[in-house]
Amino acid sequence: MSFSIENFFTDQSNGNVILFYKGNVDSDAINNVLDEVEEKLLRVNEQSKLRKKVYNVLVESLQNLYHHVDRVPEGFEDQSAEKYGIVEVKRVEKGYKIMTGNFVKTSNVEKLEEKIKRINRSTHEEIKELYKFILNHQRISAKGGGGLGLVDIARKTGNKLDYSFRNYDDNYSFFFLNIFVNEEY
Amino acid sequence: MEPIIIEGTPKTPTVRFDATEGIFEIKGRSIPENSVEFYKPLVDWLDSYRETPLDKTVVNIRLEYFNTSSSKCILDVFKKLEAIHKAKNEVEVNWYYEEDDEDMLEAGEDYESIIRVPFKMIEIVE
Repeated sequence: MSFSIENFFTDQSNGNVILFYKGNVDSDAINNVLDEVEEKLLRVNEQSKLRKKVYNVLVESLQNLYHHVDRVPEGFEDQSAEKYGIVEVKRVEKGYKIMTGNFVKTSNVEKLEEKIKRINRSTHEEIKELYKFILNHQRISAKGGGGLGLVDIARKTGNKLDYSFRNYDDNYSFFFLNIFVNEEY
Repeated sequence: MEPIIIEGTPKTPTVRFDATEGIFEIKGRSIPENSVEFYKPLVDWLDSYRETPLDKTVVNIRLEYFNTSSSKCILDVFKKLEAIHKAKNEVEVNWYYEEDDEDMLEAGEDYESIIRVPFKMIEIVE
């Protein structure tokens, strides 16, 4: 393996990790992650506005993985996972960070990056319009996604999408998405 | 017409569509992975209702969370209501949101701007 996926997460771990999950991102795993995070946010009495935003963004991040991840490369340690993904939620100063990681076929990288760049060069108003346009004009894809997940995340957080791709092997890259949900937005 | 009555789950909303009263309600959380599967029967039901609707239909949407995949399905529901409204029947949508939930208010405003049916934004104050 050319780099350690997990180290990429733990290396950056400033802040209090409230959830870490790696493995198959199926419906049950999504339920468990959502329940656990919601319960923890309620337990610390997080203000409801922030709690809801974190929950919403987490739903979209997880379901992005569910709908879009490419099959794990041959030879990867976890072959049992059809939809392999990593999710970390942590409390940081002034908000929460939600990090996700998943394999993307290198041939799909350009398309995904173009989509993110389009979102990142848009103003908040433009993102709202883009959301409405996709909502009204794009059908739900064969994979079951609505094509709105990343746009929704950018809209709800008001932040640019912080991302990176790492080469995994000849055919695969690993995609990291690092979402920040501010306390005061 | 038989009403639709669906109890809510942690990922799908409570639904009550009653054709004899003309009151339709979607309430709770709508965050399933496969939202089409959940909403298709509702959209089909509205297609039948559309043939002989009541003079007045009231729609109450009171969601705590919904995912983007549901957002498209909810739009499909509204499009059916728009058709009923266009055929000169009264349709009113009450969009509820909790007082600090600007995202939910904005979501309602998105629909209001796309769908030609009167919307009322109603803040829930605890």
